[in-house]
Amino acid sequence: MYDLAIIGGGPAGLAAAYSAYEKGLRNIIILERDKELGGILNQCIHNGFGLHRFKEELSGPEYAHRYIEMLRDTGVEVRLDTMVLQVTPDKKIFLDSPSGYACIEAKSIVLSMGCRERTRGAISIPGSRPSGVFTAGAAQRYMNMEGLMAGKRVVILGSGDIGLIMARRMTLEGAKVLACVEVMPYSGGLTRNIVQCLNDFDIPLYLSHTVTEIRGDRRLEGLTVMQVDENRRPIPGTEMEFDCDTLLLSVGLIPENELTRGAGIEMDPRTNGAYVFENMETSIEGVFACGNVVHVHDLVDFVSDESARAGAAAAEYVQNGAVKGEFVRLVNGADVGYTVPQKMHRDTKADKIDIFFRVRSVFGKSQVVVSSGDTEIQVFKRPYMAPGEMQHIVIAADKLRDFDTITVTAKEA
Amino acid sequence: MYDVAIIGCGVSGASIAYRLSEFDLKTVVLEKENDVAMGATRANSAIIHAGYDPEEGTLMAKLNVRSVDMTAQLCKKLSVPYAQIGSLVLAFSAEEDAHVQKLYDRGVANGVPGLRILSADEVHEMEPNAADTVTSALYAPTAAVINPWEYALALAETAVVNGVEVRLNAAVTAIEKFDGGYRLTAGGETLEARYIVNAAGVEAALIHDMVLPHTFDITPNKGEYYLLDKSEGTRATHVVFQCPSKVGKGVLVSPTVHGNLIVGPNAVPCAAQDTSTTADDLAFVRTMAAKSIPSVDFRQNIRNFAGVRPNSTSDDFILECHDGFFDVAGIKSPGLASAAAIAEYVENLMADNGVPMHKKERFVDTREQVRFKSLPHQEREALVKENPLYGRVICRCETVTEGEIVDAIHRPITPRTVDGIKRRCEAGLGRCQGGFCGPRVVEILARELGCSRQDIDKDKTGSYIVRERED
Repeated sequence: MYDLAIIGGGPAGLAAAYSAYEKGLRNIIILERDKELGGILNQCIHNGFGLHRFKEELSGPEYAHRYIEMLRDTGVEVRLDTMVLQVTPDKKIFLDSPSGYACIEAKSIVLSMGCRERTRGAISIPGSRPSGVFTAGAAQRYMNMEGLMAGKRVVILGSGDIGLIMARRMTLEGAKVLACVEVMPYSGGLTRNIVQCLNDFDIPLYLSHTVTEIRGDRRLEGLTVMQVDENRRPIPGTEMEFDCDTLLLSVGLIPENELTRGAGIEMDPRTNGAYVFENMETSIEGVFACGNVVHVHDLVDFVSDESARAGAAAAEYVQNGAVKGEFVRLVNGADVGYTVPQKMHRDTKADKIDIFFRVRSVFGKSQVVVSSGDTEIQVFKRPYMAPGEMQHIVIAADKLRDFDTITVTAKEA
Repeated sequence: MYDVAIIGCGVSGASIAYRLSEFDLKTVVLEKENDVAMGATRANSAIIHAGYDPEEGTLMAKLNVRSVDMTAQLCKKLSVPYAQIGSLVLAFSAEEDAHVQKLYDRGVANGVPGLRILSADEVHEMEPNAADTVTSALYAPTAAVINPWEYALALAETAVVNGVEVRLNAAVTAIEKFDGGYRLTAGGETLEARYIVNAAGVEAALIHDMVLPHTFDITPNKGEYYLLDKSEGTRATHVVFQCPSKVGKGVLVSPTVHGNLIVGPNAVPCAAQDTSTTADDLAFVRTMAAKSIPSVDFRQNIRNFAGVRPNSTSDDFILECHDGFFDVAGIKSPGLASAAAIAEYVENLMADNGVPMHKKERFVDTREQVRFKSLPHQEREALVKENPLYGRVICRCETVTEGEIVDAIHRPITPRTVDGIKRRCEAGLGRCQGGFCGPRVVEILARELGCSRQDIDKDKTGSYIVRERED
C-alpha cells in the first residue's frame, strides 16, 4: 500500500510529489502514461516558463527538468508508460502497462491528469472533412517532438495560448501563417503572446470572426472566414476566403476527468473539474486534485503552486487524518465565471486562502469584491482583467471562516 | 481469369463476397478507394431496421425483414458489435397517430415480429426523455444498432480468409464484353472475369452503363449527422424515429453500439462524392431532433459527418441479371439492414443464371478480435503477460491498446490510414477525435508497414497528415 499515488507526471504531479516528500511522506508513486515525465511541457519548447516559480525564463522541458532533478534522490517511485484505467472510491487504482496489468492501493491519491483540447466537433465547423485540421497541441507534438511539418499555409482558429505559440513556431519553421481568427471580441490568450507571436511576425488577428466552411476532399484546400455578430452568428457579406492546407484549432481546453467521474467524485460544471476545498481535496476524503484537471491555468508556475498545496495536503491527510467538519461555500458572482476552490473547511489550519477565478469579459480599471450577503469582506483593485488571464487573490482564512457563503464579484472601478 | 468480379466493397459487395467465398469460385473484389467500406457504409444511421417501412411486396420489404435475424447471427459469429435495442416511431398528432397505425399494418403485412402501438404513457415509461407532446408510437422490438463499417470489414476480411481477393485503389474505368466473360480495367490493370457483380453504390449507374443500355440513374442524396459524446449516450435508449412530415422524413435520435448518441439525418440531393455538412442543414437536424428529445445537449458534440445515399430512379432495390452482369444497385435505406438477405438473393440469382455453385470443403465463418476494454481484470492481466503491447494504451478515450492496433494492421485487409485503424479497432473514435492518439497511430502504422510517416494518409489517398521539414 502506497501512502500517496499521483496520477499524471506532468507539472502538477511533479510538484505534488515533491511537496508531499518535503512534508515527510516517503512511500510515493507517480503513474505516468507517457515514456517520460513532464507531460505537455515536453512539447512546449518555447521559453517563458518559470518567471514566477524560479525567477528565470525557462523552456518547457527545462522547467520539467528542474522538478525531475528535485525528485531525483527522494526515492519517489515513478512508473512510466503506465495508464491508469480506473480509480475506485476506496482508492484502488487499476493500471495498464507493458510490464503488467495491475491494481495498486494507496492511502491518498492526487489526480493530476491535465486537460485535452477541444476539437472541431465541439464547435461544429461545417464543410468537408479533409486532413490538415489539427488541434494546435497535436501540431505542436508533430513539429516539436517528431520533427515533422504539419503544413505550409496555415490559418489558426482561436487565440488561445497554444494557438498563438504555434503561429510563431510554424512561421519560424518556414510555414506561412495567414491569419489568426477569434470568434470573441477579445483574445483568449495572454497579451504577451499576442505581441510576441502575432504582432512581431505581422500575422493578422481577426477578432469577432470565425471559420464557417472547410473545403477539400482529401487534404484541406481552403476556408471561408466570416465576421460574427454579438450572438456569434456569421454576418452575410463578410466572407473572406483563405487558400491554405492547414487549420490549427486553439479553441479551448477541457480538464480530463474521466477517472474523476468514474470514481464518483462531485464535479463542477463551471470548471469541468472536481469541486475542491482550499487544500485541493475533492468530495472523496484523501483524494486531491490539482493543475489543469481542476481548472485550466495560463501559467505553469501557478499549476506548480497549486499542486504543492495538494501534495502537502495529501501528506497532512496521511499523517494526521482528514480535516473534518463544516465548510464555507465560495461562489462566483457577477462577471466571474467560477472560483477555485469552491469550498473551504471552516477549521482549516491554513492562514491564507488562494482563490483563483476568471472574469467573463474584459475590464479596465476594476475591483474584485469578496463579500457575503451585504457584508463586504475585502476589495482588491486591478488595473486590467480579461477572460484570457486567470485571476488570483489571497485572503486571510479568518476573514472567511465565519460565513456560510462567500461571493467573488468583478466590477469596473 | 476470375469467375466473379465484384465491383465495390461496401456492405453490399462485402456481403456478396462473403457468401460467394463459401463456393468454389475464383472471386475478386475491386474497390476504388484505399480501404473497404468507404462510401455509404461508413456514414449512415447504423441501424438494422425492423422492416415496417418499405411497401408490402417490394424486395426492400422482403429482404429487410428476412435480413434482421441473419445480420444478428453474422455479427455474433464475426465479432461485430450489434445491440438489439428496439425502435420507436413517435407520433405528435392525430394525423401522425394514423400514420403509426399505417406503419403497424404494413409491418404486420411484411411479417415484422412483435410490433406494438404504444400510448403516450407507455412511450414515456420506455423513453423517459421523449417529448411531452408525444401522442403515440410504434414499437418494433427487433430493430438493432450495429457498427456498420466493422460489419462490412468483417465480411470482407472473412471472405479474404476464404480465398477471395480484394484489390484496393482499383477503380473500374472500362469494361469490355467478350465471348464467355468480361475484360475490366481496374486501377490501371486489366483482368478478366466470367461474371460481374455491380455493387458500386453511388457509381452503380456508371458501371452499369459501361456494359448495358442505360436503365436507371443514381440520385445521390446526402444525410448529415451529429455524433455526441458518451455522456449523452443514454439520452435515448431506443432508436427514436419520427413520422414523415411536410419538412422531410424526420430525424432520428439513437444510442450507437459504441455508447454515443447519434442524431440525424436530413435529406438533400447532392453530388456523388459530396459528404460536406452545412450550418443550415445542421441547424435543421438540431431543430428536428429537439421535437423528439428536447433535452439533447448538442454542446457534447464530438463530430459532424454526412453520408451519401445511393438512391435511384427505381422505387425498389435493383437486383437484376443480364448476360452474366448482376446489378446490385440503388441500395438505399434499408440497405445496411438488408445486406445479408441481398447477398443471399444474389447468390440464388447467380445459381439461377448458370453460375456453377459448388461448396468448398472448408469454409471459415467466424472471426475473432481482441477488445481489451471489454475484458475482465484477470483476462487483461493474462493478455498483457502474453503480449506486453496490450499493456500500452494508445487511445485514451476508447481505451485501445497498441496490441489491438498492431492486430488491426496485420488483419487480412491491411489498413494503411489513420481512419482505417479507427474503423478496425476504434482508436480515435472518442471524444478527443484522435488529438492524442493520432500521432502515435501514424508512428505505429509507419513502423508496422515499413514506410515513412509522411506516407500515412488520414483517410482517402492524398489526405496526407505531415510532411518532411525543409532545412
